[in-house]
Amino acid sequence: MTVLAVADHRRGSLRDVSYELVTAGRQLADSTGGDLHVAVISGNVEEFGEKLNLDGVDTVHTVANGEEFNHDVYAGAVEALYAELDPTVLLMPNSVNGLDYAPAVANALDLPLVSDAVDFDYDDGLTATREMYESKVETTVDVDADQVAVTIRGGEWPASTKAGDAEISAFDFEPEGELGSRVLGFEEVVGGDVDITDADVLVSVGRGIEEEENLELVEELADALGATLSSSRPIVDAGWLPPNRQVGQSGKVVTPDVYLAVGISGAVQHVAGMKGADTIIAINTDPNAPIFDIADYGIVGDLFEVVPELIEQFN
Amino acid sequence: MKILVTVKEVAEVEDDFEIDGLGIDEAYLEYDLNEWDDYAVEEAVQIAEAGDDVEVVSVTIGPERSEETIRMALAKGADRAIRVWDDAFEDVDLLDVAAKTRLFAAVVEQEDPDLVLTGVQASDDGFGATGVSVADEVGFEWAAVVNELELGEDVANVRRELEGGVEELTEVDLPAVLTIQTGINEPRYASLRGIRQAQRKEIAPMGLGDLGLDASALDSPIELTGMREPESESDATIFEGSAEETAAQLADVLREKGVGAQ
Ligand SMILES: Cc1cc2nc3c(=O)[nH]c(=O)nc-3n(C[C@H](O)[C@H](O)[C@H](O)COP(=O)(O)OP(=O)(O)OC[C@H]3O[C@@H](n4cnc5c(N)ncnc54)[C@H](O)[C@@H]3O)c2cc1C
Repeated sequence: MTVLAVADHRRGSLRDVSYELVTAGRQLADSTGGDLHVAVISGNVEEFGEKLNLDGVDTVHTVANGEEFNHDVYAGAVEALYAELDPTVLLMPNSVNGLDYAPAVANALDLPLVSDAVDFDYDDGLTATREMYESKVETTVDVDADQVAVTIRGGEWPASTKAGDAEISAFDFEPEGELGSRVLGFEEVVGGDVDITDADVLVSVGRGIEEEENLELVEELADALGATLSSSRPIVDAGWLPPNRQVGQSGKVVTPDVYLAVGISGAVQHVAGMKGADTIIAINTDPNAPIFDIADYGIVGDLFEVVPELIEQFN
Repeated sequence: MKILVTVKEVAEVEDDFEIDGLGIDEAYLEYDLNEWDDYAVEEAVQIAEAGDDVEVVSVTIGPERSEETIRMALAKGADRAIRVWDDAFEDVDLLDVAAKTRLFAAVVEQEDPDLVLTGVQASDDGFGATGVSVADEVGFEWAAVVNELELGEDVANVRRELEGGVEELTEVDLPAVLTIQTGINEPRYASLRGIRQAQRKEIAPMGLGDLGLDASALDSPIELTGMREPESESDATIFEGSAEETAAQLADVLREKGVGAQ
């Protein structure tokens, strides 16, 4: 079979998931002795093409068109490549850009879509592992179709790094008509009082804190520990802390010595920002909370009981 | 102007639960309006409040029970609601993106809105794909993961929230489907008055036939074949005991790591 994987890049750099897509794509291709094609669309495709010439890749298709991601260009280019290669599996990233074109491509090509896969297998057909209910359950889905589109979750496959000897082939693509959306620019979410990426110790608070008034309690803990306060997304969404305190996929990536997650479930987008911490500690009432899967130490307990005791220990 | 907002009643799993075959026993589920959809409803209602002659219609796919949740959207200001359901749904374990797309596309074609707002993802099945798929199906433009929206005459100016604290500014032609990210606004609580008014608002039931579809619209090549609790790869040391005891043990670890030593 043929596998076509579509790389992801932004502002001049391939994103990690591109290298992970190569590993995932090779895994699928291997199960049937097939070929792995990788597509890279827009930006400096020559440079990207060389970087994607990795072990296990048969052909890299470079599509020069525009600088940055535009979903109309991506959707059109992937559909055109699909028509040419007729792949059994079309692999795309479940990144923010993937969310913006993969479903349209799947629909246009009439392909079943398995999104946010964390594992898969191919044997007569695709069997994929997905999570449901905020990672509290893991499911298996079987796809009864000759061809399928899959988006993969970042960080689930190791990155491919070993150079290869793929053919690099330029693919001509021009979108038809005017583009229905136009990217006008980019902006960084503004910094603020503190840089949580500098902190050695982070006390991070999540929705378990319930009310804005209760933040005082974790502030006290941070003070007692000489730590910096950070948070999961709902706290920032609610306006209780400024955006520069948010840890996660759309927030900051932090690598402190100690990360103390208080009332945080450990959603995949949160974990993306803190899994590199040396020591991860969780306080959570739910013994099944995904945060415990990556924690080094944990207390299954009520933060409103544990945190005051912990403050006591340090004062 | 007409805004169609898709909303979903999602199941949330309690801390302790049991898996029974391909589902979770009802006893361990609580139902609520999908978090991302709550922000989509709020955005639509704010647009309606700021302009003349804006109608907000919410649409859901769900059994009768879900009316309770859909009323939340009405209580917050949606003008009317459509609930798509049919006996044929009872046999479906997993409604895949394509099936949802066929259903919502049929509603979009009937309602002919200028703008469709959906949540980025639903917290239960987590596909994160329906909005963009529907856009392609009905020939609308789209933008995914929108955390700011300004409507012009024929275009929507949006910010898309990318990874790592970067936002993309994009101009999208209308009509469009936008998938709404949390944080775009502050969803209101339904007022008592809103809740009372919602009782009188219409929730139109629609079966497959009403949408010009038949049971084949629910066919899916994607079949749910297994459900289990994820195996924990955790080798975490869990402290047990009273709050006082566990806090003391954790404090020892923290001190060992040099935390708190000024
Ligand atoms: C595109 C996209 C990007 C995203 N980016 C980010 C991001 O950058 N960062 C981020 O954090 N999220 C992000 N999210 C959101 C993410 O999916 C989750 O919704 C979010 O991380 C949940 O935050 P939480 O853990 O604080 O809340 P919840 O998931 O609600 O968890 C609260 C936890 O607190 C526990 N708890 C409750 N009461 C107590 C108590 N008394 N004592 C102890 N524990 C208690 C509960 O058991 C639960 O585990 C993103 C989502 C999307 C779709």
